[in-house]
Amino acid sequence: MHLKPAGLMGVVIAFTAMLFAAAAFGDTGEKILTSRCVECHELKGPGPASLAELRALKGPNLSYAGNKYKQAWLAQWLKAPTRIRPAGMYYGNHIKPGEEHDVVDEAGLITHVALGDADAKAVAAALMQHKAKSELLTPGVYQPGTISLSMGEMIFDKFRGCLACHQIEPGYGGVSGPEIYTVGSRLQEDYIISFIQNPQAWSPLTFMPRRTLKDKDLQKLVHYFRALAKEKFE
Amino acid sequence: MSGRKLKAALMLLGLLVSPLLSAAESGEDLYKIYCWQCHGMQGDGMGINIPDMSVQPRNHTDSKDMSARADEDLFKAIKGGGQAIDKSVLMPPWGEVLSDDEIQSLVRYLRELCKCG
Repeated sequence: MHLKPAGLMGVVIAFTAMLFAAAAFGDTGEKILTSRCVECHELKGPGPASLAELRALKGPNLSYAGNKYKQAWLAQWLKAPTRIRPAGMYYGNHIKPGEEHDVVDEAGLITHVALGDADAKAVAAALMQHKAKSELLTPGVYQPGTISLSMGEMIFDKFRGCLACHQIEPGYGGVSGPEIYTVGSRLQEDYIISFIQNPQAWSPLTFMPRRTLKDKDLQKLVHYFRALAKEKFE
Repeated sequence: MSGRKLKAALMLLGLLVSPLLSAAESGEDLYKIYCWQCHGMQGDGMGINIPDMSVQPRNHTDSKDMSARADEDLFKAIKGGGQAIDKSVLMPPWGEVLSDDEIQSLVRYLRELCKCG
């Protein structure tokens, strides 16, 4: 690129102005993301391009965190992180043969770093600005409604078989996928619907199957997740 | 053919070829990602997910059981899920995730696992 001196000066001024603007807004959240989180999380980029890359993932892709997570949940979780995927990001890295069936090998699982209150809030706020893949969302597609826990479980387990890989309460359900009983407080509803419709569009090569569900059933599943999130599990 | 047309033709060729190139994952690697979770790291149906399942996943190392199934049936079960062959809903359809070539690779790998190919 060839810039005339005046053009170059313009770029320098614009760049300096951006730096001051970032400092003025106290962009500590973004600084923490780029210094401490980037080792395990993708902040840009579409996700794994091969199964080898999928196996090497250490944490979720955060390039679309602002389209995925609820900010209040992020701010809370980052202060006291718990394991959401009982067998880690790619379960195959954390299992071993057991007496009756394969079991989770806890030894290799990573414990997420905990942040202080101010940093957790700053990082949560910064993550909401990461909005890759917005084109996959239909804002407002979820229409709040209710469903009984038993009917929700019927759809989730008996009709669709999702319980095979996901827990609907601590210690009950499959462990290769993330826990479902916190989804209602953790994830944005429109994202849940879009993700179930096409998991691989958000998370390339993911081992979550893609089922064709009616819009009505998608809505009911989200009602169910929201009802589950209100339960107090010990 | 003008330079621009040639470039466009090459780009089109690239688009046509790239899905074939990206489908080069082996049946064994695909099995480890998509099937281990239920069918187990030894293919014996003893995956990490099974304790709360109402129907147990198939044991792919059972030669007798597996040799009773034609390749076409295995293909159909992977592509369309358990419901496509009147079996459990717990086996999901993979036809939207895996290409037909990848499913064929998985069928060939199943024949290695059962030693019944």
